[in-house]
Amino acid sequence: MDLTYSPEEEDFRARLRTWLGTVLPGLPPKPAARDWPGRRAYDTAWQRMLYDAGYAGLHWPRDAGGQGATPTQHLIFLEETERAGAPYVGANFVGLLHAGPTLAAEGSAGQRARWLPPILRGDEVWCQGFSEPDAGSDLAALRTRAVRDGDSYVVSGAKIWTSHAEVADWCELLVRTDPDAPRHRGISWLAMPMDAPGVTVRPLRTLAGSTEFAEVFLDEVRIPVGNRVGAENDGWRVTMVTLSFERGTAFVGEVVACRRVLGALARAARANGRWDDDVLRRRLGRLNAEFAALWRLTQWNVSEAQHGGGVPGAGGSVFKLRYSHARQELYDAAAEVLGAGALDADHEWVADRLSSLSYTIAAGTSQIQRNIVAERVLGLPKGR
Amino acid sequence: MDFRLTEEQRALRDGTRELLAKRFGRERLRAAVDAPALDRALWRELGAAGFFALRLPERAGGVGLGLPEAALVFEEAGRALLPGPLVACQLLAGAVDGVAAGERIVALCEAERDPVLWEHPADCDELILVEGGAGRCGDGSGDGPGDDSGGAVRGAQGRTGGAYRSAPGRISRAPFTSLDPLTPLARVTDLPRAAPLALDVPRLRREAALLTAAQQLGSAVRTVEMAVGHAREREQFGVPIGAFQAIKHLCAQMLVRAEIARTAVYAAAVTERADDVTIAKLLADEAAVRNARDCLQVHGGMGFTWDVDVHLHLKRAWLRAECWEAAREAEELLADGLPA
Repeated sequence: MDLTYSPEEEDFRARLRTWLGTVLPGLPPKPAARDWPGRRAYDTAWQRMLYDAGYAGLHWPRDAGGQGATPTQHLIFLEETERAGAPYVGANFVGLLHAGPTLAAEGSAGQRARWLPPILRGDEVWCQGFSEPDAGSDLAALRTRAVRDGDSYVVSGAKIWTSHAEVADWCELLVRTDPDAPRHRGISWLAMPMDAPGVTVRPLRTLAGSTEFAEVFLDEVRIPVGNRVGAENDGWRVTMVTLSFERGTAFVGEVVACRRVLGALARAARANGRWDDDVLRRRLGRLNAEFAALWRLTQWNVSEAQHGGGVPGAGGSVFKLRYSHARQELYDAAAEVLGAGALDADHEWVADRLSSLSYTIAAGTSQIQRNIVAERVLGLPKGR
Repeated sequence: MDFRLTEEQRALRDGTRELLAKRFGRERLRAAVDAPALDRALWRELGAAGFFALRLPERAGGVGLGLPEAALVFEEAGRALLPGPLVACQLLAGAVDGVAAGERIVALCEAERDPVLWEHPADCDELILVEGGAGRCGDGSGDGPGDDSGGAVRGAQGRTGGAYRSAPGRISRAPFTSLDPLTPLARVTDLPRAAPLALDVPRLRREAALLTAAQQLGSAVRTVEMAVGHAREREQFGVPIGAFQAIKHLCAQMLVRAEIARTAVYAAAVTERADDVTIAKLLADEAAVRNARDCLQVHGGMGFTWDVDVHLHLKRAWLRAECWEAAREAEELLADGLPA
């Protein structure tokens, strides 16, 4: 049980802090939330700065163009960038956290050479085409059909909840290549160019009023067979590697951010008198414990990943279950601090309160996560 | 950074689990429910195994280990529902003669409680009254991500606290029917402050809270196992009840509570910071109490019986939750620690 960072790790942190202190003041102003091209340009410009400074793909293996950093260094990177107020991964999320690691793990040499460098440089943006209107939690029920025709697949179907679809260059697409096989064994993973004929993007408006994601309709889209990663009908296994990455690493910076918000809530409550409410004050005290412990759980998971080896697994589900609910409780407490001010949709905390509602749904609902924990960790029988 | 247990720590945990399984198995546990007087022979055996002398330096006849190791041992004690003033004997092993070897049994009693309670009054050779010295969590700076190396240990502010030792015969007491069948209690009616004992009271409180939290963790982990074991065996509607999501999700939430408590307890054992200890106690109390409740629910009607052990975990968890920073105190301390 050692929570101290090594001299090398502290040195990494110090160099990163210095670099952040140098470059962050020169960043352009953040684009408006609805300015999608502006957001893409902002996010990819930041990625380019990371690339030029040697921080792109920090946790990717070296032979994939990454820095081969340890999970602990990656943790330090996410912690320090968040603390410094650096841009979030944004439009580069799918490329850096899903599609890229999948290509690095499963792609051919040619596929890696084609797709990985542009992700690391911020030249190309990826989106994810997994969920469908009738395949959400039950992802293996997906029906988007890919029919082989010479050197191409002809793909028709519909995808949903695709973030950044409007500005993406590529889509990591799950398609059914064998409708007669058992459903987990008839799926393939394709890289689809978003400008291919037959691709239609229809933005979906979230309850927060913004268009954070989209439906993607595919009408006889031709995708070269060479864009398939992994063997035909082996896409489910390829995908599970991707999803594990998502659950293991996606929320580190957010825990740091939540602690900052909690501090701001306490200041606001002290200023407006609501601090005198014992119930609210104790709620904030408990949230203090909650996010501190989530940070410790992160350190635990990172230690397991670094020294125990392998891809993050069940520890990610435990973390996501606790964190997603804690985040919602944080913003419910924010509403209590704001009082009637919580009805102001322009207030930052109110917008974040709305977006927090997606956390118990996206990337595996809490109910699905509990099934995973109960069956894979506790060994309870499969059932309904 | 490697937060995982070292090989030696795993061996210590496994060894403790084996010792307790051998010397305090289910039959002994149930016998203790019927006759809760402490087993002096077992106590001496715990002493010989280093249970109390764990953190004393080797030149003083101790084992020379640290708070993380003590937390692992106490996690096992909580798991086994081992009764007795274990925390007091671990903390006073270096201060009161005979305690380290398990020859003498001492209890600690918090003066600020209402009522002031004394555990195992019939078994104690001495009672130590602790007064004042409750911790505060500071302003939250240096607390959390990025500041693991720089955080100062925060002790008491204001009152420094005191400790006083008394022979049991000199203590006025009133009968008190303990909720926990394994922990007899008496109510102390007059606080004896005759013989001061030189102790770092803030530190003692911090360590008492941490070791109590470690016991809560052990209990929380054990009730997950009990619930899962029952859910796999018990069949209704032709299938094990663990196949139903209603049961699965209860069990999954239990594991989440236990795991978040585990990382909080281990982190506090490493840093020894007052705020980390407060967090660990709060989350371990929650894990122990709510897991025992859910374990009871998974057991159905059997869970409501005296003969199934679930109520023993729940009652002890309730008792420990009232010791060394109850949730209402911990939450206020942690609120206090948020930025002004």
